[in-house]
Amino acid sequence: MKIGVLIKQVPGSEASLRILPDHSWIDESTLEFEMNESDSYALEEALQIVEREGDGEVVAISMGPEPRTTKVLREALAKGAHRAIHIVESPPYEIDPLLVGHIIKNAIAEEHFDLLFSGLQSNDLSQGQTGLVVGELLGMNTATLVMATEMQDDHIRVKRELEGRWFQWVTIPLPAVLTIQSGINQPRYPSLKGIMGAKKKEIRIVPKETVLPEVEKTQSFGSIYIPQKEKKTVMIEGDATTVVQKLVDVFKHEIKIL
Amino acid sequence: MDILVFLENQQGTLHRISREAVVAAQEFAREPGLSVAAFWLGTLPPGVAEELNALGVAEWIQVSSPVLNDYSADGYTAAFCELIRQEQPRYIFMGHSYRVRDFVPRVSTRLNRPFISDVIHFAWKEQGPVFTKQIFNAKMVTDMQAQGDGPVLVSFQAAAFSEEKLAAGSPAAREMTLDLPADIVRSRAEEPFQEETGGVDLTAADLIVSIGRGIGKKENIPLAQALADKMGAELGSSRPLVDAGWMPPQRQVGSSGQSVAPKLYFALGISGAIQHVIGMKGSKNVVAINKDPEAPIFEIADYGVVGDILELIPLLTEALPG
Repeated sequence: MKIGVLIKQVPGSEASLRILPDHSWIDESTLEFEMNESDSYALEEALQIVEREGDGEVVAISMGPEPRTTKVLREALAKGAHRAIHIVESPPYEIDPLLVGHIIKNAIAEEHFDLLFSGLQSNDLSQGQTGLVVGELLGMNTATLVMATEMQDDHIRVKRELEGRWFQWVTIPLPAVLTIQSGINQPRYPSLKGIMGAKKKEIRIVPKETVLPEVEKTQSFGSIYIPQKEKKTVMIEGDATTVVQKLVDVFKHEIKIL
Repeated sequence: MDILVFLENQQGTLHRISREAVVAAQEFAREPGLSVAAFWLGTLPPGVAEELNALGVAEWIQVSSPVLNDYSADGYTAAFCELIRQEQPRYIFMGHSYRVRDFVPRVSTRLNRPFISDVIHFAWKEQGPVFTKQIFNAKMVTDMQAQGDGPVLVSFQAAAFSEEKLAAGSPAAREMTLDLPADIVRSRAEEPFQEETGGVDLTAADLIVSIGRGIGKKENIPLAQALADKMGAELGSSRPLVDAGWMPPQRQVGSSGQSVAPKLYFALGISGAIQHVIGMKGSKNVVAINKDPEAPIFEIADYGVVGDILELIPLLTEALPG
């Protein structure tokens, strides 16, 4: 069983983001990047499948600049991925999911993965397309919003999340692409032994220029900006005691629940 | 036809998000004077035809094929591609539903045309239409534009357009049969099912104290529970706490949990990602505490406090009359 996991590096969920003066992107110079949340669940699911099957290989794949991409790939290796592929990209980043999908396809086609996982969507652009694009380009079967997996010989049976707390089991033949929903498992922390061992594992470097596709860009964006506020929010300010007293007043006199 | 709107079958009814997509199409078509049609894939459940016959579009198409009787990503991908080939629309509009996420990226790949997803707004500019999309967990927005010639797939975020603005009409109805081979469907789907809710009904609660990542660790949850108890409120949560196993799934508010509309929704340490907001934007009053002044929850809060919930929760519990 050979499983590829597509991993993106994104700003931490608590990071304070600033827009560049020309509004072309955010200022990345002071930002800490981390593994995209649903991708960490995808990695964990891949590791668990290989452990359950008692045989196989997990390959972490990420596209992005140094040093953050190496950091995220080393984390994946420390958690147990066997090796990694780094598609090296410098700004400006490609944001068209079709072009990104073609680039990744070109970089990994020769791997012939049985399974290719990604998180449901990234916490930066949230387009939720890359994994499926790569799968479609490679002629793989697909399933999204996966909340459980079961291997069945040359098939995989997955529990898919539908809307409104409905679920459905679907069985698809391998090779297959799955997008993994957050909450499917409990991602592990890397062990000290894992962190030490990760330094010896292979990261294959693929410069983006060497895997560029012949297709044209199909979508692009202009400037980025802070959304205009639709609602007037009354901000309650002061020290903790003052804030608490004002909140009690709001509950009592404005919302009238006390 | 310039715009085709995908009418999605949700458990035998027309998905609300599809009515919103029709509204988006009606508004999008107005200024440049574009024509709008809509389509339904597979057999029509009882009552749906009457609703489609009253939609404010030029025509609606019922697309038939044996592979469309039950949903599959394979069948829907093939049907979309064939329908687009035959009808040559400039735009295909749809709601950004879980189903659309499941197969439309494959349609986009097969056609090599863009899928501009989860759009909240559009505007006609000199160079053509731009579609506004939230990025970085809704902290920022950007305007997407399609490049090149050919159809453009666009999905709209739930509740970005109000179904109350849906214009009625008397469209023509047309049937279309697609010749799709049965063996294109490689997946085998079992019956959908719902999970046990454990007797908690947040939808009936008048007051909800809801916690998010800001609670920090599982050991802090009793602090929030004590506040909820003092207020006579139910305790709700955002998805990350459920994913972490700290809160039971039946207490989750949001697009993958419950939709609530209490008199007070007290959001503690919840950033306000759209998946969460969809489930609570109907609340009469929203009060939010978050340490990040840029948290999107403040976009929809009536009252906001920038502060540390772990400091404020015990003080508030203490200060509330018992």
